[in-house]
Amino acid sequence: MSCKSNRNGERRMSVKSRRIGLNGDTAVAYAAKQANVDVISAYPITPQTIMVEKLAEYVNNGELDAVFIPVESEHTALSAAVGASLAGARVFTATASQGLALMYEILWIAAGLRTTVVMALGNRAFSPNINIHCSHDDLYAVRDTGWIELIAENVQEAYDLTLQAFKISEDKKVLFPSTISLDGFILTHSLEALYVIDDAYVENFLPPKDPVYPIDPNNPITYGPLDLQDYYIEHKKLQDYHFENSYPRILEIFQEYSEFTGRTYKPIKTYGLDDAEVAIMILGSSAGTARFVAKKLREKGQKVGVISLTLYRPFPVDKIKEATKGLKALAIMDRSLSFGSPGAQLYMDVASALVNEREKPLLFNVIYGLGGRDLTPDQVEYVFKKAQEYAKEGEVKELKLWVGVRE
Amino acid sequence: MSELKSIKTLKDIPRKEQFAPGHRLCAGCGIPQLVRFTLKAVPDPKIVVNATSCLEVASTIFPYTAWKIPWIHNAFENSAATASGIEAAFRALEKKKGIKKPKIIVFAGDGGTFDIGMQALSGALERGHDFIYICYDNEAYMNTGIQRSGATPKGAATTTSPAGRVIPGKQERKKDLIGIAIAHGIRYAATMNPAYPVDMYNKIVKAASIKGPVVLHYFTPCPTGWYFDPSLSIEVARLAVQTRLWPLYEYEDGKYKINIMVRRPKPIEDYFKLQRRFAHLLRPENKWLLDDIKKDIEENWKRLLRLAGIEA
Repeated sequence: MSCKSNRNGERRMSVKSRRIGLNGDTAVAYAAKQANVDVISAYPITPQTIMVEKLAEYVNNGELDAVFIPVESEHTALSAAVGASLAGARVFTATASQGLALMYEILWIAAGLRTTVVMALGNRAFSPNINIHCSHDDLYAVRDTGWIELIAENVQEAYDLTLQAFKISEDKKVLFPSTISLDGFILTHSLEALYVIDDAYVENFLPPKDPVYPIDPNNPITYGPLDLQDYYIEHKKLQDYHFENSYPRILEIFQEYSEFTGRTYKPIKTYGLDDAEVAIMILGSSAGTARFVAKKLREKGQKVGVISLTLYRPFPVDKIKEATKGLKALAIMDRSLSFGSPGAQLYMDVASALVNEREKPLLFNVIYGLGGRDLTPDQVEYVFKKAQEYAKEGEVKELKLWVGVRE
Repeated sequence: MSELKSIKTLKDIPRKEQFAPGHRLCAGCGIPQLVRFTLKAVPDPKIVVNATSCLEVASTIFPYTAWKIPWIHNAFENSAATASGIEAAFRALEKKKGIKKPKIIVFAGDGGTFDIGMQALSGALERGHDFIYICYDNEAYMNTGIQRSGATPKGAATTTSPAGRVIPGKQERKKDLIGIAIAHGIRYAATMNPAYPVDMYNKIVKAASIKGPVVLHYFTPCPTGWYFDPSLSIEVARLAVQTRLWPLYEYEDGKYKINIMVRRPKPIEDYFKLQRRFAHLLRPENKWLLDDIKKDIEENWKRLLRLAGIEA
């Protein structure tokens, strides 16, 4: 690849890349290997298994100098990852669905103790009934816990975001754990051609971890003390402050990586928004389907657009306000449910982000794809049509729309 | 740096303290003695992982800490898991960056070991992490208010196994923690008791000299939960051994050794009558349960004699 200039106009070392074919799981494992992780602590769960198998293979073949902890549960996977991260190691883990649910208690602890654990999620539906395919239940279950959440749309992004996740989490202005979400099977098990950076160049972007207050017998620290009504709330306010302040730093790291590789990373991706009257907002691999349909409709003269998110937490409120300006209707598509809520998770996020805006589009929620059900171009077209209908009538007839469901 | 050194008398115990006074553990509690002895017996560098427990809440209330060495609390059930991660990290960092790997000590209560932490402990023992796991056993969930655990002995009254008119206290036996630990193929496991401090100190020294996982099971009297006067703590602890209820023994590389041979055991009633949790066992209507417990104690002692290769 060619040389890139950074914001100051300085020329960076050109990055050598090569194009290879990998599935999503292998691409993430490959990135973790290139990140030269010190500890991998993971428990197998479909559709994440290939990541764990690959990393074990790298370690056992001497291709990666790390300790692989073959733990006995996901609860231990993350508990051990927390210990290892506090000890100063660069740590990777991965899970999905039920495994994430079993980790739930430790998600909060990993964030509150300011660890820099990086975790990939092969997005999979929650039981019951047991299902190994894609829903976004697991990525939404992380949303309140204080983790940075990155979402990949394809295998290239899964690879790129894994490398960036380490840089983001370990940054001294961030110091929070990260997840990278990739749709179960649709991305985890699909072979795609992607560019991978040559090993020799990875360290230019991602130097070894320089831990802040690691466990050190020469500098003893008490981690995770009892913290009651006299201090707890101040600590939580500080955590909230620092989490919000990680946002500008994440944008800088996206920018840095974009310059480093020539592949652009931004918190949100927009398509056709310059003149769009209605749009779809969607996460993960389905964004491509939505754009494919939008392109077709735009060729016919329809003013439609697509918004997708690469960064889900911290939620890019400013970018979403900016992108939705001028829209008449916005369909927010959730591959998940939040029982009894005003809408599913992304809908609630966007609705609360826009609530005080003077001019905002009509919002409605579309539930699709649960448990791996395909989202077809026809269904996307139907959603655009609904949005156009609501925009024209000036009201939302049906707030919660299901697509691709048998009646 | 201190060195591993076994002792002959209490006077040989190093003076240096790494567990500061001012912690909030109860008067008569056996835990501080365990912690002080452990930090003296295990040479630096070392770090402590603590499960949610009495020790955790009483020694670290923010902004204070009683710990002069690194101390980590993650959650209740995952102290062995947290220790696994720390041990793995130092193994990696020692190789890559030349950072000296400290000795890792886990302190967890009986609830955090026998019950909710059992899976994490089993996993860590099976994987062979290099750490010392110490369960301090006060035979119930004392931190939450004396609820029964898998370590509560048969007959004991707790708030969730009360001495009722129909069911007089806990009806089930205590789990055999040492047996479970040994079944993982670990090299060393031992029981300890604060009334036998030299034996206890030397077992910690031994544990620290072994590479790989070791499990120590410490009997800690709890005046608050067992209902006895705090001044009687050591007396209660000693009687537990002298009645053969709490045998002091160790297992090393396939061999069992009984450290305190109790030839003429004291009557178990001597131990029970000091603690209100057992008061109901001394009533005539519960004689059947008392006899049952006596039988258990005798069987367990005979089992240990057999394991230690001693003729009964």
